[in-house]
Amino acid sequence: MFELFPFNKAIPFMRYGRTTTAISLATFLFSVFALFFYGLNLGVDFTGGTVMEVRYAQSAPIDTIREAIKATGYHEVAVQNFGSTQDVLIRLPLKEGVSSAQVSEQIMGVLKTGTPDVTLSKVDFVGGQVGQELYENGGLALILVAAGIIIYLAFRFEWRFAVSAAIANLHDVVIILGLFAFFQWQFDLTVLAGILAVLGYSVNESVVVFDRIRENIRTMRDETIPDIIDSAITSTMSRTIITHVSTQIMVLAMLWFGGEALHNFALALTIGIMFGIYSSVLVASPLLLLFGLKREHMIPQESEKMEGMNADGSIV
Amino acid sequence: MNRYPLWKYLMIAVILLIGVIYSVPNFFPSEPAVQLSPKTEQAIDPATMQRFEQALQAQGLTIRASENNGQQALFRFEDTDVQLKASEALKEAVGDQFVVALNLAPSTPSWLRALNANPMFLGLDLRGGVHFLMEVDMKAALDKQIDRYEDEFRDFLREQDIKYLGIAREGDTVLAKFRDAASRDAASAALGKEYQNSLQFTALPDTNDLQASISQTAMLDIQKFALQQNITTLRKRVNELGVAEPVIQQQGANRIVVQLPGVQDTARAKEILGATATLEFRLVDEQNDPMQAQQSGRAPLGSQIYKERSGDPILLKRQVMLTGDYIIDASSGFDDNNRPAVHITLDGKGATRFNKVTGENVQKLMGVVFIENKIETKEVNGQAVKTSTTTQEVINVARIQEQLGKRFQITGLDSPKEARDLALLLRAGALAAPVYIVEERTVGPSMGKENIEKGFNSNIWGFVAVVLFMVIYYRVFGVISSVALAINGFFLFALLSMIQATLTLPGLAGIALTLGMAIDANVLINERIREELRAGASPQVAINIGYERAWGTIIDSNLTTLIAGIALFLLGSGPIKGFAVVLCLGILTSMFSAVTVSRAMVNLVYGYKPHLQKLAI
Repeated sequence: MFELFPFNKAIPFMRYGRTTTAISLATFLFSVFALFFYGLNLGVDFTGGTVMEVRYAQSAPIDTIREAIKATGYHEVAVQNFGSTQDVLIRLPLKEGVSSAQVSEQIMGVLKTGTPDVTLSKVDFVGGQVGQELYENGGLALILVAAGIIIYLAFRFEWRFAVSAAIANLHDVVIILGLFAFFQWQFDLTVLAGILAVLGYSVNESVVVFDRIRENIRTMRDETIPDIIDSAITSTMSRTIITHVSTQIMVLAMLWFGGEALHNFALALTIGIMFGIYSSVLVASPLLLLFGLKREHMIPQESEKMEGMNADGSIV
Repeated sequence: MNRYPLWKYLMIAVILLIGVIYSVPNFFPSEPAVQLSPKTEQAIDPATMQRFEQALQAQGLTIRASENNGQQALFRFEDTDVQLKASEALKEAVGDQFVVALNLAPSTPSWLRALNANPMFLGLDLRGGVHFLMEVDMKAALDKQIDRYEDEFRDFLREQDIKYLGIAREGDTVLAKFRDAASRDAASAALGKEYQNSLQFTALPDTNDLQASISQTAMLDIQKFALQQNITTLRKRVNELGVAEPVIQQQGANRIVVQLPGVQDTARAKEILGATATLEFRLVDEQNDPMQAQQSGRAPLGSQIYKERSGDPILLKRQVMLTGDYIIDASSGFDDNNRPAVHITLDGKGATRFNKVTGENVQKLMGVVFIENKIETKEVNGQAVKTSTTTQEVINVARIQEQLGKRFQITGLDSPKEARDLALLLRAGALAAPVYIVEERTVGPSMGKENIEKGFNSNIWGFVAVVLFMVIYYRVFGVISSVALAINGFFLFALLSMIQATLTLPGLAGIALTLGMAIDANVLINERIREELRAGASPQVAINIGYERAWGTIIDSNLTTLIAGIALFLLGSGPIKGFAVVLCLGILTSMFSAVTVSRAMVNLVYGYKPHLQKLAI
């Protein structure tokens, strides 16, 4: 057997509970600070406005482009290279007095007079109203996903598990948002999709550990709850890491080979996966202790033996 | 212990076969083709097909294959060069009767197509084209309806022989003035009966006025109708543009999505889609002097000042003889003097009406008013404000020589192109209310190609790396897990193809992510088996317990992810929705492939060895 993680004894994760909670609290506060202080660099999906991607045959004259567009009366124009020197990204805000739908043609006209060798790769124009709606719906989606997960876990496990998992997951989400705010990476609809996927993925992690905790509570009669949790985390550690590695491989492939369009999506997932492993193990489980999980919460009555239950309480 | 009954193996084999059959069409490249569809409802008969083929052969173009399903004819060609030439040749040959569109037809073998195994549609981000999100101006729809009521009241009261002083619009209501309370009450009773479902009538105190306001349900009906009418109209217009596989769908209560794959000329597309052009026929007020009216800025009673193309003012009667709503067909051409003209055909009701009014007014002058609505969105103090501009122009004034009927023509247009555009707009019907574009996305064809290549490559690279890792780490069980993962990929593709999902870039990302996550179930199983072996269980028992115990965990963890996916699907729009569909389906297929399919493989490899000593895990 080729094993990367041959743990014979349970690692006393819970003994470091205070330290790990402090670390996660610090990262969490940092993210909240970043969100508050820098704010998200919202993409055109959410703010409304126009984003154009144009491609030049030779390397693009950024300054000339910027001047040419400014001359047409646009202010707050962002012109930058992306991907290569030939590809240029132009961001324009909504402008009064101009039918926004005609912006792209106008700009292309201006660019073509300067350099005929320019082609339009992509235009995104979004009205302010639509952007606002997307933003609100995105927030609603986030809340509903969290609520759905809590209800399911409360039903399948117990409310302490549900709340712990939800907090741990929101912790991941806030950290992704915080990093996007801190580095001012562009936050658009696909990134939001990525974050919502992380929410689903990260809860997956917590559930695997919880599942083992529940099983251990039934089988390990003489141990304390912290020991049980340590043992559950240790025995699922190998799986946790391997699953993360394989998911991370796919996501990294997206990050490296997926091109510009998938880049920020993959970035959100990468952060989510890295913090997911941490939060499921070192945030969710200490929270269980904090909420005072006891053996009785999981085993209702000694007399209520379930059908097919073995002497040790396990169901095979 | 680790043996499946025969039926279970057979069932898995059948599902596998179905999965392969329905996912395979996606791997055939698409061929350049030209699509022809008739503008009217008529079917394409073999003789017409032959005509098309002859037209192509006359140009020396080789047809690779041709199809005709009655509604549409499709010709496939060797390369895009021939395709473009063919499109030109066909346009020349078939004239005004057919819409010719460039298309990319899947090269799926016919026996697969016979099984209804078709490839997924590619989203615009993967093949290029334009996407519009249009909002219907509901205020305008309501205004139009109120104006219509105003006209109808006049006609109705005249028919009923109830005398009124005046009928005018006031805000969102129509106000009818009467000489005395008796005639008001008579009108109220008659109108109330006629419009009992849609209008509420209130007698205003201290006057003899009657106020009509639209009821809440009628208002919703008006909005629903406006949206439906606009979708129908947009569909007709898009068809006239000659776009293969367009998408025109309702989104929400007042928005319409229009996707035109392959279209790059957004300017023209927007012009045609967004314009609300209609015609009105009105009598010219010949008694009064238009110049004088223009100077004073006041039109005589019952008339309105309009402008002619030349800029000269002209006075037209307020009463409309005919509106564009009754026009059922319009085609461009030339009149006897070789000037551009639009030939118009009216429906039965319109023809009767037009016949009557032109009959009553022979030898009088009639003006044709061209009305175009344009809507612009402006940003004022951070708020998006819509302003609608309406241009009304008299394009033609002519003396009514005789009673006009079902067919007639209008002239006075600037160019043949304008005649063509007007004919197109009239033919496609008027928009019930103006629409304006709130979202526009254009993806160039090369960008689409690049997106699909990169997205696909990243999936392949990721998959290869995961397989390598799994095989090294879990050996035989790693191989089995990898095969199960590949099968999962096939299942996912097959399901997406069966429901004819549209594959987009976020969808491709979703496939990658679900493949990455799908391996989780196998890892859970393999780790459990290892644990059991470590605890001293015999190989056969370890396999059995490993699968059984892992199952509960797999259910819990996947169902929570599924909940997230469903919420995403319900709330998301655009890219999020596409991603959510893939995520949800991927979870379902991975649960099946990771548990049932991989177990079947393990059973076949190890289950029939009674004295198994060691597992390669």
